[in-house]
Amino acid sequence: MVDAIIDLEHLVKKFGKQTVLKDVNLTVMPQQIVGLIGPSGAGKSTVIKTALGMEVADGGSATVFGQVMPKRQLLARIGYMAQTDALYESLTGRENLKFFAQMKGIKKAELTESIAHVSEVVDLQDDLDKRVSGYSGGMMRRLSLSIALLGNPELLVLDEPTVGIDPALRRQIWQELNAIRDEGRSILITTHVMDEAELTDKVALLLGGEVIAFDEPAALKSQYQVDSIENVFLKAEGEFK
Amino acid sequence: MRTVAIMKRVLTEMLRDKRSLALMFLAPILVLWLMSVIFTANSTTSVNVGTVGVTASVSTNLDKVKHVNVHHYTSQAKAKKAMKADKVDAIIHKTGNDYSLTYANTDSSKTAAVKMAFRNALTQTSISQMKSQLGMTQKTIAKLQQTLPAPVRKQVQSQMPVQKKLATPQITNHYVYGDSSTGFFDKMLPILMGFFVFFFVFLISGMALLKERTSGTLSRLLATPVKRYEIVIGYMASYGILAIFQTILIVMATIWLLGVEVVGNVFNIIVINLILALVALAFGILLSTFANSEFQMVQFIPVVIIPQIFFSGIIPMDSMASWIKDISYIIPIKYSGDAVTGIMMQGKNLSSFGLDIGVLLIFLVVLTVLNVKGLKRYRKV
Repeated sequence: MVDAIIDLEHLVKKFGKQTVLKDVNLTVMPQQIVGLIGPSGAGKSTVIKTALGMEVADGGSATVFGQVMPKRQLLARIGYMAQTDALYESLTGRENLKFFAQMKGIKKAELTESIAHVSEVVDLQDDLDKRVSGYSGGMMRRLSLSIALLGNPELLVLDEPTVGIDPALRRQIWQELNAIRDEGRSILITTHVMDEAELTDKVALLLGGEVIAFDEPAALKSQYQVDSIENVFLKAEGEFK
Repeated sequence: MRTVAIMKRVLTEMLRDKRSLALMFLAPILVLWLMSVIFTANSTTSVNVGTVGVTASVSTNLDKVKHVNVHHYTSQAKAKKAMKADKVDAIIHKTGNDYSLTYANTDSSKTAAVKMAFRNALTQTSISQMKSQLGMTQKTIAKLQQTLPAPVRKQVQSQMPVQKKLATPQITNHYVYGDSSTGFFDKMLPILMGFFVFFFVFLISGMALLKERTSGTLSRLLATPVKRYEIVIGYMASYGILAIFQTILIVMATIWLLGVEVVGNVFNIIVINLILALVALAFGILLSTFANSEFQMVQFIPVVIIPQIFFSGIIPMDSMASWIKDISYIIPIKYSGDAVTGIMMQGKNLSSFGLDIGVLLIFLVVLTVLNVKGLKRYRKV
């Protein structure tokens, strides 16, 4: 059996008295895109932060690449894109890319090539030398995504990557994500856009601090006897209440 | 390697923020220049004194005192009227053998000046009275001597003290530092210099890290394999460079523009201010973790920055209560102020300030360690 890239087992996370994650079980296998959906405040970002080692689990375990998180060295193999754009606005797009590439420890020889590749994916190659403060919201989002793609990480963790990106470009990005998957890499993605969830290999539905359903989109639809993931979401939420 | 990249990035951001840059480099010079103008131009106060029934000799002596103008009034009521009209700062009223002085006391330095001038005038008057009395006594003695028989007279004359002409002693002033125009400003300057370095580095670095945190770039940075200390050292290196330039500029401005004498080595001053800047940086980064917005960062100014001025040594500590003096030991600017004062005014070497530098370094190490630990809040490894 192939080892899981991300393996969350009985994950518990508390902030003070509030328990955000009660019992989260989630696995991301190699060559798999896993979508994490759930209402806002369900704890999607907390799942991601715990998987990255920014938060420490209060119970259960978070294993990435077979090693228990938090572990700093593993971060070099993960591309992370947060919900906020998190860019240095007084720097140009290229300077942002270069800086984060250096932080990831990408070798100097590969730097230029890597920057050229990721900027092409998000269609920013012509705007790289403009200051980020002059970027539109969508451009910032794309630059943010391209930073996550730097250095061909084995695992991509994307927190709402396609918010504010127009449909044509969104399609292009999904093509790239599929290409990444086909190369044998893995992606964990959270999203609010339900038809995006259909594009994933597996969908995890996070509700009340638990993953209440985790299966392929088609399987989920037949399980809930509905025709779309959106309806799965609504039905599951309704049942939960 | 990552440290250098972080340093370069912070410097690039800084250089593109022209306003903050101007604030850091031009504001201190503007304020120093203003202070030098204000504190040196009005170093002497001139006072107007109204006199009622004061003898001519006393009032002439009073008038002779520099910066004192005497006005005569015929009655107390008229003098009081003048005081109300702000024409005189004090009234001296003589009744019988006693003087009564009334001060407007709106400016304590003027009150003090009148008190001193009046005492001088009285002393001088009584001295001249004594002199004339002495002269009369001598004349009487001489007359008495004439009446004595010759052998006795000789004996008495040999016992009489030899009359010497008392020469007024010449007073020459020598100044170890500066000259007669050296005033309060020159004493403040070494401390002020440190204060500016501390203030601007504290505020700007604190803001920078706060922005990094609120914009999410800090989390993104920490989602890479960068070590926590690499971030802190990267920040220190960039702001250290900035502080060196700021200090050089302030020192040059004080020497060339304000004409302040620096006895010691300028390089030594830069070293002290650099260490202070790093302390300020570490302090700013640490406190920025307790602020959720730029406004909350500004709120630290009255709590953290203003007390630094009070305990920095600008106000003489000797007269304060001992428990207040103890507070000054935890004020970084006190140590840099002591050291820079010694270098600027007495030309001392760095080696004479081992203790001051040592304490500053302890501040620096403790704060830096706290910062590296503090980043754990955002990433657990």
